[in-house]
Amino acid sequence: MHNPDRPVEVEVVERVEETPSIYTLHLSFTDPEVASAYRLLPGQYNMLYLYGVGEIPISIVSDPDHEGPLEHTIRTVGRVTAGMERLQVGDRLGLRGPYGRGWPLEEAEGRDVVIVTGGLGCAPVVSMIRYVLSRRERFGRLVILQGVKHTDDLIWRRQYERWQAMPNTQVLLAADVGGPNWPFSVGKVTVLFNQANIDPDRSIVMLCGPEVMMKASIDRLLALNVPAESMWLSIERNMQCGIGHCGHCQVGPYFVCQDGPVFHYPALRPWLGVTGF
Amino acid sequence: MDSLFDAIRDEGFSRVVGPVARDGAIVYRDIASAADLPRGVRDRQAPGTYRLESQEDGVRAFSWANGAQALKPLTFAPRETLWRCERDESGRLAFRDLAQEHEPTAVIGVRACDLAALQIHEQHFLKPPYPDPHYAARRSSLFLVAVHCSHPADTCFCASTGDGPRAESGYDLAMSELDEGFVVTAATDRGRAVLAAMGLDPASSVQQGKADREVEAAALGQGRSLPSRNLKDALYARLEHAHWDHVGRRCLSCGNCTAVCPTCFCHAEQDEPALTGETSEHLRQWDSCFTAVHSYMGHFLVREETRLRYRQWLTHKLASWHEQYGRSGCVGCGRCIAWCPVGIDITAEVTALMESGDAQS
Repeated sequence: MHNPDRPVEVEVVERVEETPSIYTLHLSFTDPEVASAYRLLPGQYNMLYLYGVGEIPISIVSDPDHEGPLEHTIRTVGRVTAGMERLQVGDRLGLRGPYGRGWPLEEAEGRDVVIVTGGLGCAPVVSMIRYVLSRRERFGRLVILQGVKHTDDLIWRRQYERWQAMPNTQVLLAADVGGPNWPFSVGKVTVLFNQANIDPDRSIVMLCGPEVMMKASIDRLLALNVPAESMWLSIERNMQCGIGHCGHCQVGPYFVCQDGPVFHYPALRPWLGVTGF
Repeated sequence: MDSLFDAIRDEGFSRVVGPVARDGAIVYRDIASAADLPRGVRDRQAPGTYRLESQEDGVRAFSWANGAQALKPLTFAPRETLWRCERDESGRLAFRDLAQEHEPTAVIGVRACDLAALQIHEQHFLKPPYPDPHYAARRSSLFLVAVHCSHPADTCFCASTGDGPRAESGYDLAMSELDEGFVVTAATDRGRAVLAAMGLDPASSVQQGKADREVEAAALGQGRSLPSRNLKDALYARLEHAHWDHVGRRCLSCGNCTAVCPTCFCHAEQDEPALTGETSEHLRQWDSCFTAVHSYMGHFLVREETRLRYRQWLTHKLASWHEQYGRSGCVGCGRCIAWCPVGIDITAEVTALMESGDAQS
């Protein structure tokens, strides 16, 4: 029986410093057979292993058809991410995955795709944004609404500016606290909904970020007549095994590592915002 | 009884594990013969209490209900190495599986509640698409000899969960103990081979009737129960019930209940690098939803308060388990009641939650 817990070796082929505590690792499989068999969907994640320290779940920000290294954007939070921050090009890691359910690609075809994110960068949606942008004719409008606490927290600012210049694409940013060089809105991400001209019947909404932000956004979207069935969200929990065995990531009846991290909002609705789940 | 040991060994199960009375409790250990079994031993269980009593004239080896553990540590090991990583001088990593070699083992004295829990764990650990080879290897090394329960403890409520006291499936052999000996039935080919090798006389209808009546009495004699086999909707409607605070104030969040629970499967993963720096082992170890780190999220804990941890445990066990595994996660063994240091009784807590009709009180 194959051991589903065992990683394979990957090599750091590029390291990009996004901010002093956020970095992107570009990882290549050292075994070409493993590399050619690997398939991912936007919104899925890998378990990355730092030798002797441990494993953590990290979203894959690459487009599924992108050839070459897999990109993982990581924020230093705990022991493993602090160790990974010091990795250099040529260093080796373990990787297993991809795991979990990604964004609803079939449901999104032909519709306006509205991405709502809060916090830092929100890696789980980046792969989806790239997916839409490189298959532009298969989707309607692309609307990206991003909220951050401070203007300094916006990583990938140049990337947002690039996205803004793409056809039929609208990027709206809001910071809780504005600054002298902040040309965008000030306030919570929800202040952006009125500017976005969301067509409630044509749109599919994908949310990612703090759960209070997603809940507030969903309430706002429902008030704009976006049906609950058109909303999907990616959530985080303590994921240690990635394969539905270890029990840490449960939310109600779900194992987030396998049933998520992307959920259809109606399925998660009873649990979203309930303290303790 | 010794003919059973011989027949089991002849069938290739060189190791025999069974109940012994040790340190004041029934524990499952390697045993050599029927002489090691806890003859004449009774258990007295109550909330927060477990005591063994010896009866000088007792002839039975299975006149007790259960101990803190039985099958779970044999299939879902408390600590298991999942793989080893080797690092060479240039920093290259190689990931290796460890050999899965487990001595063929017969377990004597398996209870109905533990067989029910075993079937739940098989569902959990062996479900596609990621069946766990470590669990599978341990499970497939076992030959199970069930003993129907004739002496339930005061903490037992398997009759109300539908999991006992008769062992219905999942065993190779099942036995009823009578004062004059055992009535044995086989459920598998290898079980039938062992039974044939034992060369027993057919049980008389009187003996069979006596055995059946004892198990029926064991069911009727259980004083505890859960109000329903499916409490999902009732508990989901009471997530904000005031009683969670009440139990949260008593609960020590120690994790004893999850350690003794035969269906709890949570485990933490961790790494142990060798001092040489050349290898590191990746392990899993039993964990508990009553620990703070169980819901650790880097910047916060999902369940800081004890009442939220108790609610997570109880609603998982009795409510969301139905959605995950098609049945409740409680098999009525009563271990969490006896081994709770403050005597929290799952059946009493559920009753208290259900008694108040006001779900949002």
